[in-house]
Amino acid sequence: MVAKRIIPCLDVKDGKTVKGVNFQNLREVGDAVELGAFYASEGADELVYLDISATLEGRKTFTGLVRSIAERIDIPFTVGGGISSLRDAAKLLEAGADKVTVNSAAVRNPGLIGEIADHFGSQFVVVAIDAKFVGGDWTVFTSGGSVPSEKKLYSWALEAMDRGAGEILFTSMDHDGTKSGYPCDVFSRLCGSLSIPVIASGGAGSMADIAEVLLEGRADAALAASLFHYGELSIRDLKEYLRGKGVPVRL
Amino acid sequence: MIAIVRYDAGNVLSVINALRRLGVTEWDLTSDPSRLMEADKVLLPGVGDASVALRSLRSLGLDSVILSLQRPVLGICVGMQILCRHTEEGDVGCLGVFDTDVRRFVPGDQGLKVPHMGWNQVEGLSSALFDDTNEGTYMYYVHSYYAGICSDTIASTVHGVRFSAALHRGNFFGTQFHPEKSGSSGARVLKNFLGL
Repeated sequence: MVAKRIIPCLDVKDGKTVKGVNFQNLREVGDAVELGAFYASEGADELVYLDISATLEGRKTFTGLVRSIAERIDIPFTVGGGISSLRDAAKLLEAGADKVTVNSAAVRNPGLIGEIADHFGSQFVVVAIDAKFVGGDWTVFTSGGSVPSEKKLYSWALEAMDRGAGEILFTSMDHDGTKSGYPCDVFSRLCGSLSIPVIASGGAGSMADIAEVLLEGRADAALAASLFHYGELSIRDLKEYLRGKGVPVRL
Repeated sequence: MIAIVRYDAGNVLSVINALRRLGVTEWDLTSDPSRLMEADKVLLPGVGDASVALRSLRSLGLDSVILSLQRPVLGICVGMQILCRHTEEGDVGCLGVFDTDVRRFVPGDQGLKVPHMGWNQVEGLSSALFDDTNEGTYMYYVHSYYAGICSDTIASTVHGVRFSAALHRGNFFGTQFHPEKSGSSGARVLKNFLGL
């Protein structure tokens, strides 16, 4: 049986990770390659690197960083942040990324999903969805969760799959940062309606929350950032806990 | 010298990076038949559509060259599938080294997700390719088509159905998983292949 995946997410600005504590054995704080290698050695199943640079210079640095990550890291990694064209995606593929995430640009131009999937395969396209429960429905937001769109969560996820998305990464804005757990009913409905993997993001405050979204929420993977970066949780401990709860994990 | 077959079937960077991590300093990314024949080991990577990969291989005249190779050859993912008899992807005949056909996973079947993406276990390991590899080791997969079980199967994995995780016949080897993306377990498989 395919294992449920645990995916640390690293935010990168101008080539450096912006969150994180002083892990032992790391030569330099903020070194995205070192931190990724550390997580890989801890048992991370994949890595996600999000570029939050605001400048063109920062974006160029990121592409160079992707090249270094690909040389060093021997597990799959996804990159995202500001990808708005086939060309952006192609550059990251050539640098060695295994997958890209598209978010706002896909909402504005849904054709982008199919364009990338047709050229590089569905496995290369992860569609990230940020949504908030507004007026009785899950409304999809763009631009880092600041702008509401016309799209609704379930129909948009289905549309993204039909257009060629290989995975859906869903973040509930109502739960993100609260550390109060994931909306498992929403995940369960989403996973039941899609035939592609769903990655749960945003809301985990404990190992029990992650177990819940993988079991009751039926999510295929859980992504977390601060929980790992601030040393609250080691990936190895988390996986041992999950195994104890009957979740198939790679240990 | 290790040769990597250049035939425009996807990105070979991850395979090259994996060789580098194993300390390999020289490799030859080539579609030149004489270079492939001279090589000590030949890697046949492949991602994307198997029928497109086959067309590309045939248009370069490399299908017969690969079949004539005497030294160890390792097909990875689609590179393994095109060494089978036939694939449902594009409904085309393949090179026929491995005695099995390639079929599509049926999505939705018992909640089956397609592509089969992520880490899954290899079992029934029976080849030097898996020296120092434990039963049940996890490898990384990304694929929508699978090779059936046959007498050439040297490892299997279950995703809805049990399929060939790796195949071996004569000097030909193939892995459905991506050793170049499977952490230290995958690196060991590549190392074992290079040591054959």
